[in-house]
Amino acid sequence: MRVTFTVNGREEAADDVWAGESLLYVLRERMGLPGSKNACEQGECGSCTVYLDGVPVCACLVAAGQAEGREVRTVEGLADGDSLDPVQQAFVDCGAVQCGFCTPGLVVQAHDLIARVPEPSDVEIREALAGNLCRCTGYEKILDAVRLAASRKASAR
Amino acid sequence: MTIPLRAPDRIAAPGKGGVGESTLRPDGTLKVRGEFAYSSDLWLDGMLWGATLRSPHPRARIVSLDIAPALAHPGVHAVLTHEDVPGRKHFGVDLTWDQPVLAIGEVRHQGEAIALVAADHPETARRALEKIAIEWEILEPLTDAWRAAFDPDYPQVQTLPNPVRHQPVRVGDVDAVRDRAEVVVSGTFEVGIQDQAFLGPESGLAVPGEDGGLDLYVATQWMHNDLDQIGPCLGLEDDRIRMTLSGVGGAFGGREDLSMQIHAGMLALRTGKPVKMVYNRYESFFGHVHRHPARMRYEYGASRDGRLLYADVEIVLDGGAYTSSTRNVVGNAASLGVGPYEIPNVKIDAYGVYTNNPPCGAMRGFGAVQACFAYESMMDRLAAACGLDPVTVRQVNAASQGSLLATGQVVHAPLPMAEMLQQARDLPMPPALDDSDLRNLPGGASQTTHGEGVRRGVGYGVGLKNICFSEGFDDYSTARVRLEVIGGVATALVHTSAAEVGQGLVTIEAQIARTELGIERVVIHPADNQVGNAGSSSASRQSYMTGGAVQAACFAVRDELFSRYGAKYRDLSLVGGKVVSEEHGVIATIEEALGTEAVDETREYHHLPTTGMHPETGQGSTHTQVALCVHRAVVDVDVELGLVKVVELAAVQDVGKILNRLSLEGQIHGGTAQGLGLAVMEEIVVSDGKVRNPSFTDYLIPTILDMPPMRLEILENADPHAPYGLRGAGEPPTLSSTPAIVAAIRDATGLALDRVPVRPEHISGR
Repeated sequence: MRVTFTVNGREEAADDVWAGESLLYVLRERMGLPGSKNACEQGECGSCTVYLDGVPVCACLVAAGQAEGREVRTVEGLADGDSLDPVQQAFVDCGAVQCGFCTPGLVVQAHDLIARVPEPSDVEIREALAGNLCRCTGYEKILDAVRLAASRKASAR
Repeated sequence: MTIPLRAPDRIAAPGKGGVGESTLRPDGTLKVRGEFAYSSDLWLDGMLWGATLRSPHPRARIVSLDIAPALAHPGVHAVLTHEDVPGRKHFGVDLTWDQPVLAIGEVRHQGEAIALVAADHPETARRALEKIAIEWEILEPLTDAWRAAFDPDYPQVQTLPNPVRHQPVRVGDVDAVRDRAEVVVSGTFEVGIQDQAFLGPESGLAVPGEDGGLDLYVATQWMHNDLDQIGPCLGLEDDRIRMTLSGVGGAFGGREDLSMQIHAGMLALRTGKPVKMVYNRYESFFGHVHRHPARMRYEYGASRDGRLLYADVEIVLDGGAYTSSTRNVVGNAASLGVGPYEIPNVKIDAYGVYTNNPPCGAMRGFGAVQACFAYESMMDRLAAACGLDPVTVRQVNAASQGSLLATGQVVHAPLPMAEMLQQARDLPMPPALDDSDLRNLPGGASQTTHGEGVRRGVGYGVGLKNICFSEGFDDYSTARVRLEVIGGVATALVHTSAAEVGQGLVTIEAQIARTELGIERVVIHPADNQVGNAGSSSASRQSYMTGGAVQAACFAVRDELFSRYGAKYRDLSLVGGKVVSEEHGVIATIEEALGTEAVDETREYHHLPTTGMHPETGQGSTHTQVALCVHRAVVDVDVELGLVKVVELAAVQDVGKILNRLSLEGQIHGGTAQGLGLAVMEEIVVSDGKVRNPSFTDYLIPTILDMPPMRLEILENADPHAPYGLRGAGEPPTLSSTPAIVAAIRDATGLALDRVPVRPEHISGR
């Protein structure tokens, strides 16, 4: 089947999509957007988190056909050209990235959190990121990054 | 040659910092943009997808195997079995050569690879696998590691006999002094199977070359050891295989053994097409070895004031069906079996065995983790028996610089363990439980009580880990550094085969080049096998070894540059982009000194040699370096529900020299988190040789809700033998956090808790 949807502001189509393919597979293997990661492919790790019509979802749990006509925003669509989104920049600056395989999903999830809750408490950060597994960092630097991104965004307003 | 899309490229290291500064990762920006190329992201026009048929049985004979229906499946390009392995039919990390590339007539563990398919879509490949028809003769799996170690009548698992290794350690005479002990404590401890659970699944791309060779893009920890196995199995000379490290999504020991490398190579050579393989999470649980489960019997004798007199220890490590790293894991468990304590009489017997349980090998902490849980649990028992507090009993027996380890090895560098314990104890305590917010309680938002059963506990753990490869192994790394003027600016290219697995080696390589060459601009070449062996990204060794090699190559570059000035100047140095003479001041900019000619030097760095362990006494100077971490854990335990919340973890670690604090803290945090996982949640559950929880739904790793805030105290007591005085830092915190947390749970509950992970039913009793 043919699947058409908007990705990072551009309309994209994929042909010969098998009905069982996930949104994640189509993004990664058919649209050249491998930023969303394939760590568990069963909705447990959050590495493939993307926005679907503005709501963060695990792209591995969305059948490609369900994205038809909808709007998808992936980690590749967060930066403004060379200028990183404050969440991305904070992850770099705080040492919140090690192997980085969880990073795209965490960045999208944290981006959504700060959009909803501009100055989240630690409890709120932990709750919001509870569905994103990281095996390298022990999460301390990720908390630092989200706090920093929130405060930078707040002071930019 | 065709370069795949998203093949690794050179990365410029941003920033200016040298050794000691918290410079940022050169790959950080790519990673947060989703543009960093991992081994599962590779893509080439016309590539096929490979898939692996794995055994559902832990022990069975293959009576017949029919690939014809799979081969006839539309879209399938190849179906291969052991008969198609071009060269050696067996492989094995550390060149043990006992693991079949594909099963030959029988399988010895669940998930053993049997056949391969290449097809035009991953789903086509998976469906073709289902069409391979196998007639099985199912056999009773051999799963009793204790019997495998001690019962001569227990059947053999494979052609190599049990045990894989028995390593004794003998100091003094335990039997002669046993009666003199005023206090005797004992215990039998168990550690479950832990999984590395790296997030980036086993994956890669094999591209057939025009010369009949192969280009391999994979995620691994040790390229040259991979090649030493891949070449013979594929029947290819080393120089026909060009290997490039693709982005590695974590490793933690789980990428020391080969996974898909030979398989993808076979399919690519057979089909003449590029072949990509990507395991899913289920397959990943079968695609790599795990941490050895252990059963450990300990008996300590001591004086009434807590001074240790003897240790009598038996450790059995279950390695599963093949050798993997078991020999070296046994060596670590034996040599570090009683940890950083001075004990005049020691009898340790460590065994590694073959069974039909899941295969086990390297994982962060490597043999030292299991022993650490037991010996630290013993120190707490001793403290209780002597009426001492847990810190004091450790301080009374603590090793220090000049002490002898159980192997007779002298601790040559500072080891301020007693002081570190004091520091850990003196750190401020976290505030008392605030139960006004349910989310602070054990179990968090799913708590069903109001915290009536919650008790707080505090515990300590100390872990001693060897750094770099041990037991006489000629451990070295190789680095190439090229200094030239690019676009008017002196630029250093650092080229090694060392695997960046997330730990931040590329950051440190750039810092070392900046410091030693006095420049700012550094570029990191993708790791490949066009430069010499760097050894493994394991044993916390790359800062030491590849760091040492990069430093040595920089010295060689610097000396070559200085030689251009002949004998004219003495005491030249490279500072701030200039060639500086102590006597005459600035001689030239580095750009002027270089002109149009690059300086390109390659150097090896070897650590000081170690010895083997004596086969009967275990004596020897087996480790080139040991490193210590102390943890204090504070927990809240709901004793009725059996739920644990780790409230805070504090770590005191001596790293010799901080090369990059930001990166180092991340290692200590991450290592601590993996120890927390082992303490309270992580276990591959096995019954009858079968894995019962091969998914992230059922195999739990710590989330951001499980991992508490950490306090760190990082010490810099230099090791005079190591580059910059550094100590490897990635593993020690993985050792000590587990026993600290369990000690804290014991403190809260009064329970014995002799097995990890501690489960709710161990606490609630139901």
